[in-house]
Amino acid sequence: MAQAAEEPGSGRGYLAESGWRSWAYTMDHKRIGVMYLYTTIAFFFIGGIFALLLRLELLSPQAKYFSDHTYNIFFTLHGSMMIFLFIIPAIPSGLGNFFIPMHIGARDVAFPRINLASYWVFVAGFLVVIASLVSPMDTGWTFYTPYSAKTGAAVATLSFGIFLLGMSSILTGLNFIVTIHKLRAPGMTWHRLPLFIWGMYSTSIIQVVATPVVGVTFLLLAMERLLGVAFFDPAKGGDPVLFQHFFWFYSHPVVYVMILPAMGIISEVIPVFSRKPIFGYKAIAYSSLAIAFLGFLVWGHHMFTSGMSPLANAIFSFLTFFVAVPTAVKVFNWIATLYKGSITFESPMLYALTFIFLFAVGGLTGPFLGALATDVQLHDTYFVVAHFHYTMMGGTVMGFFAGLHYWFPKMTGKMVNEKIARISWALVFVGFNVAFFTMFIAGVKGMPRRYAEYLPKFQVENVISTVGAAILAVGIGMMFWNFLQGLRKGPPAPGNPWRALSLEWQTPSPPDTENFHEIPVVTDWPYAYGTPKGPAA
Amino acid sequence: MSHETTTGARRTYVAVYVALLLLTAVTVLVSYVDLGLMNVVAALLIASVKASLVALVFMHLKSEDRLVWGFALVPIAFLALIMLGTLVDTMLR
Amino acid sequence: MSAPHEGHGDPRVAFESAKLGLWTFLATEVLLFGALFTAYAVFRAKYPALFHSEHLKLNRVLGTLNTVVLITSSLTVVLGVDAIRRGKARLLERYYAVTIVLGAVFLCVKYIEWTGEFHHGRYPDSNIFFSLYFMMTGLHGIHVILGMGVLAYVVVLSRRGRFSGEYHTPAEVAGLYWHFVDLVWIYLLPLLYLIG
Repeated sequence: MAQAAEEPGSGRGYLAESGWRSWAYTMDHKRIGVMYLYTTIAFFFIGGIFALLLRLELLSPQAKYFSDHTYNIFFTLHGSMMIFLFIIPAIPSGLGNFFIPMHIGARDVAFPRINLASYWVFVAGFLVVIASLVSPMDTGWTFYTPYSAKTGAAVATLSFGIFLLGMSSILTGLNFIVTIHKLRAPGMTWHRLPLFIWGMYSTSIIQVVATPVVGVTFLLLAMERLLGVAFFDPAKGGDPVLFQHFFWFYSHPVVYVMILPAMGIISEVIPVFSRKPIFGYKAIAYSSLAIAFLGFLVWGHHMFTSGMSPLANAIFSFLTFFVAVPTAVKVFNWIATLYKGSITFESPMLYALTFIFLFAVGGLTGPFLGALATDVQLHDTYFVVAHFHYTMMGGTVMGFFAGLHYWFPKMTGKMVNEKIARISWALVFVGFNVAFFTMFIAGVKGMPRRYAEYLPKFQVENVISTVGAAILAVGIGMMFWNFLQGLRKGPPAPGNPWRALSLEWQTPSPPDTENFHEIPVVTDWPYAYGTPKGPAA
Repeated sequence: MSHETTTGARRTYVAVYVALLLLTAVTVLVSYVDLGLMNVVAALLIASVKASLVALVFMHLKSEDRLVWGFALVPIAFLALIMLGTLVDTMLR
Repeated sequence: MSAPHEGHGDPRVAFESAKLGLWTFLATEVLLFGALFTAYAVFRAKYPALFHSEHLKLNRVLGTLNTVVLITSSLTVVLGVDAIRRGKARLLERYYAVTIVLGAVFLCVKYIEWTGEFHHGRYPDSNIFFSLYFMMTGLHGIHVILGMGVLAYVVVLSRRGRFSGEYHTPAEVAGLYWHFVDLVWIYLLPLLYLIG
């Protein structure tokens, strides 16, 4: 690496300028990233409150606190907010915006104005979504026709809001693709890029290719509501399953939009806290591309019980198993990186290790759903709910938390209280598993999802799950409280508290607006830990 | 920034324009002849030739590097994918 | 990437980036329209008789006229780009102005077509063929309007003296977008009007 460890800080760096205009009109990718982080985390909390309301209702087999209709609204809002307003944008548009230019040695993204536009389009999107709450959706986040075309909710408004959110996602992905191709520092060849960049590049390809399809899908749904067009209406010759094809052509690849950035973070954190080079760099790098590509081949596995042709069922089931291969490649390489490393358990590492464990569980429960014969039994049960919470929360959200802890010092110039961080991690870990593991059992026993009322034989699992959810909520609350305290009164952070090698750590904390005084000339990859070329172990 | 800006280039543009008009005429005329399934094939083929001319000449794809070609062609592959996957279901139910 | 450069500062990199950015955006448009073409394929396969009877009700003359209009507008665009590559800003503005006029002609013809359909009682909710017809030509028409706006913006920039033989990136990039709008129509014509 060309640059020495630390540069003298200039005080508040990119945070120096204050006033709302310096944020609202900023073209600094770091500030845009911070705005995205605050916004998406706010929606994480709101979506989480809906989850707690669901878990409250599910304590008893009867519908005690809410009507069935209200319950339907709650799980629709929980799912939609978590997916469209939190988990899709949080790592890419939040952490990605902040760190992609720094990782590649650039001053900003390729199109800073489009970057700012993407944030305001996102804001417009969520405002329209909130406006639709005058008549909230009760269809589930999947909005299947014909119900979504007939229900009394503000479907057209919500569709337009989601269309805008999709546009924001597309603009971000477009920006990152061009940035990574064109703005790498001298000497930053593709094989010297941090693996976070490989993950983000693959993610951006998915965003650009898949999102337009769901955009058109929501457009057509709105048109069916407003103009009575016939695409999904069987009475007019339309096909409701066509909605599912279009919806899942996006919504399956989008789970890889969710997981690939998180996997990128794990690939950054594990070597730093093992003081060892990442094992199998090229395998991990290319597995990101492979996951992005293979993810497009399997969408029909969400539709096995929807009445697809037997041939389509068989093909999609067969292809689904392949996605596990590049994913497993990553897991094995991370474990090989840990092997014989000098491992320390700071909070970023705790969350990174948690990711590997919980995502492995979630991933291993995938094949049960990919196999036609078992899916017929498990589809629309709590087994599915557990599967995607283990992968999305046990995976992406843990990766997000790892990234937040890892990069907090760099973004804010402060350190968090490590002890509180570890306690809150423990609560999160325990709470998560108690909350979600029992759902596998309930699902196999036959409990259907999206029901406010259930048979009494499922009550034990539900009570345990609600208790777990409460523990999880406390842990998450403590974690974010810790971040707030760190922001307000945390001790100042050095430029490189983790002694890491990627380029963002060779700048002051927080970085200056222009990132680097001089664009670095890169001579090596950023994983030379514990080797003669790297820092002292 | 060196680009093709010779009179030869402008002549090529006009020539392609004429070709596009002729191909349009052909596709319209062919549609009046009943060739059964071949009508679809012919129409798509002619449209693709027209599209290729616009892309290669008017959009200057011919003189672009491999990276731009990749950006132009990869989405078409994904389009083929969504069509194939959807039709495998809807046509064989 | 061997020689040091200043990223956005280097005009060569900025131009290549803008071009790549536009092609990436066109990729999203391919998938946007592509989903509708997929729906077309699905329903055409399902209802061949309906597609045959309904497509004959469309006005092929106007459809073909619009094709000629758009193809001509692609020519004027590429000649405009050629002009500014030679530093001729006034000529660029004239070619792009003609393109905008041709776009307006396209929209007028479309208006005549659509009102004609309405007059005959054919609406987006009449049947699946007309749902597709109105959705696909409607989405395309929106892109024509947006394209005209983008071209007009380029003309404004040019009149302010912003372009030269060396720098005229917005003109190139807007041109690429317009050609794409033409490309989509090249497929819409046969699929909607000509093959039933």
